Amino acid sequence: MPTTTDQAIGADLIREVAFELNRRAAIHIPDDVRENIRGMAERETEKLSKFVLLEIVNNYEVADEDNVPMCADTGLPRFYAKVGNEARLEGGFVALERSIREATARATAEIPLRPNRVHPISRKDHNNNVGIHAPNVDYSWEPNAEWVELTAFHKGGLFGGDYRMLFPGDGVDGIRRFYLDVISEFFKRGLSCQPAIVGIGIGGTKDTCVRLAKEAACLRVVGDRNPDPEIAALEEELVGLGQRTSLSAMGFKGQGAVMDAHIEVAYTHTGGMPVSIHHQCFALRRATARIHADGRVEYRENPEWFTDYYRRETVS
Amino acid sequence: MNETNTSDLPMDEHTLETPVTPDALAKLKLGDVVYIDGTVFTGRIGLYKKLFDEKAEPPVDIRSLTNVTFHCSPAVGETSPGEWKVSAVTATASFRFEKHLPMLMDDHGVRVVIGKGGMSQEFYQNHFRRLGAVFLNTVGYGIGAQYGRGVKKVEAVHWLDELGIAQALWVLNVKRFGPFLVECDTEGRSLYQMALKETNAELMQLYEGLPLPTLKRMGEVHNPEDEVF
Repeated sequence: MPTTTDQAIGADLIREVAFELNRRAAIHIPDDVRENIRGMAERETEKLSKFVLLEIVNNYEVADEDNVPMCADTGLPRFYAKVGNEARLEGGFVALERSIREATARATAEIPLRPNRVHPISRKDHNNNVGIHAPNVDYSWEPNAEWVELTAFHKGGLFGGDYRMLFPGDGVDGIRRFYLDVISEFFKRGLSCQPAIVGIGIGGTKDTCVRLAKEAACLRVVGDRNPDPEIAALEEELVGLGQRTSLSAMGFKGQGAVMDAHIEVAYTHTGGMPVSIHHQCFALRRATARIHADGRVEYRENPEWFTDYYRRETVS
Repeated sequence: MNETNTSDLPMDEHTLETPVTPDALAKLKLGDVVYIDGTVFTGRIGLYKKLFDEKAEPPVDIRSLTNVTFHCSPAVGETSPGEWKVSAVTATASFRFEKHLPMLMDDHGVRVVIGKGGMSQEFYQNHFRRLGAVFLNTVGYGIGAQYGRGVKKVEAVHWLDELGIAQALWVLNVKRFGPFLVECDTEGRSLYQMALKETNAELMQLYEGLPLPTLKRMGEVHNPEDEVF
C-alpha cells in the first residue's frame, strides 16, 4: 500500500498532459469504438446504411493520416479527474484547474478545436473554449493511490439525451419504453450521430442520474459490463432491443446502431425511479492518462472511471 | 424516379461544379452520392440573424460567389495573420433554420443546401420544389476529417469579429468535397420520408406491451411514429 508522499505532481506537467489528452481525444478514435463499427459495417446488408458505416470507418483513418480532428464539431471539451487519496498536487486543486483551462485554450488554438463555448445568453465567445463552468471538471477519488488520472472528453451533441421521472410501478418495462422512446426521438434522421453508446442512469437524484447516464455512455468502453449480473443482463437485452428497431446510421434501415448499452445505478427515493438516457455519438473523443508522483505519465484509451470504490454500496 | 424503397436506390455518383446549373440539379435522384468542386459558403443562425433579423448589409455578394451553402462551422486555425487552414468540417442540424432559409434561397440565389438531418416535407414542397433546389445530407454525420480534405483553401471569412469563428461566413474553395447524399430532389421528395416509413413499421412492433409512463409531461410527442420536430 502506497504511503503519503512528499512528492507533488507538478502543475506544468498536468498542463502538458491535459494538452496532449485534448490532442489525442480530438484526432484518434479509441480501438473499442472503431472495431465495433467496423464489425457493424461488415455485417450490414442494407446498401445505404453500409455506405454510411464504411465512410465513418474511413473517416477515422483520414483523421489519423491527416492529423486533424475526426469531427469538426469538436464538442465541449471537459475533463474527468480521478484523484488518488494520497496524491499531492503542486498548487493544489486551484492549480490543477488552471492547468486544465490553460491546456484547453492552447488546444483550441493549436489543434485546432472549434471554439464552441459561448455565453448562453449574450453568445459571447472567448474563442478558446474557456468560460464560466467551462471546461467542466468532474472529480472522483481512489483510495491507496498517489496518482492523478485525467480523462479528456470532447462531448458533442445538442441531441440524444433525455430524462424521465419514472416510479416503481413503471418498473423495468418503463425503462424499456423510455429507452425505445429516446431512440425514436434521436436515431431518426441520425440526430444522435449514431452508431451510439447508450448510457442509462437509473436512480439517485435527478442530477445524479443525468450525470451517471453521461458517464456510463462516455467513460465505459464497448463490451464492458456492469458487475451486477442483473444489470449486466439488462444491458445485453437493451443492446438487442436497440438493434431490432432497425434504425441504423443516419436513421436509415439496417441492423441497428447501438454499439453498447451501459447502465449505472444510484440509490434513490423510495417513491421514485428517475431515469436519464444519453447517446454518445460515433465520434467518440476520449483519452486518459495516469500521472504519477514521480513524473511518469501513462496514456491509455480506457478511462476505468467506474471503480469498485466509485460504485461502493456500504458505509466504508 | 420510381423507387419507393431505399434498398432499390441506385446511389449513382455525381460531381457538381459551382455554380450548379438547373440541369445538373434536375439529374440528382434521392440517395445519389454527390461531390462538389468550386466554392461553398458556410452559414448558420448567427449569420441568418444578422442578415435577415438585423437586416445588415451583406459583407459580400453571395450570389456572385456560388449557389451552394453549408450549414456548418469549420474547425480552423490561423496559420499566420489572415491565413486560415480548415482541418475538419461537419454539418449542424438544418431543421432549426427553416425560418431564415427561404430568404437565403430567394434573395441570394442559393440552390444547394448541404446540412444535417434534412428538413420537413412541407418545407421542401414549399421552397425546394418551387426553386428547383436540392438538399444534400452530409454522411454520418461526423466525418469531418474527410470533408476537411476536400477544402483546398479559405477564400475569405466575413463578419469574423462580429460573429466569432463558429458563426462567421466562411468562403471555401473545395475540390472533390464530399460525399454527400441527396436527401431532397428538385421535386421536393425526401429520402428521409422514404426511410422513416421503412423503419417505423419495425419500431412500432417493439412497443407492444410497453405501457406509457405514469407521469406525463406537457408538450411531449407520444406517438413513436411522429418526429420530435
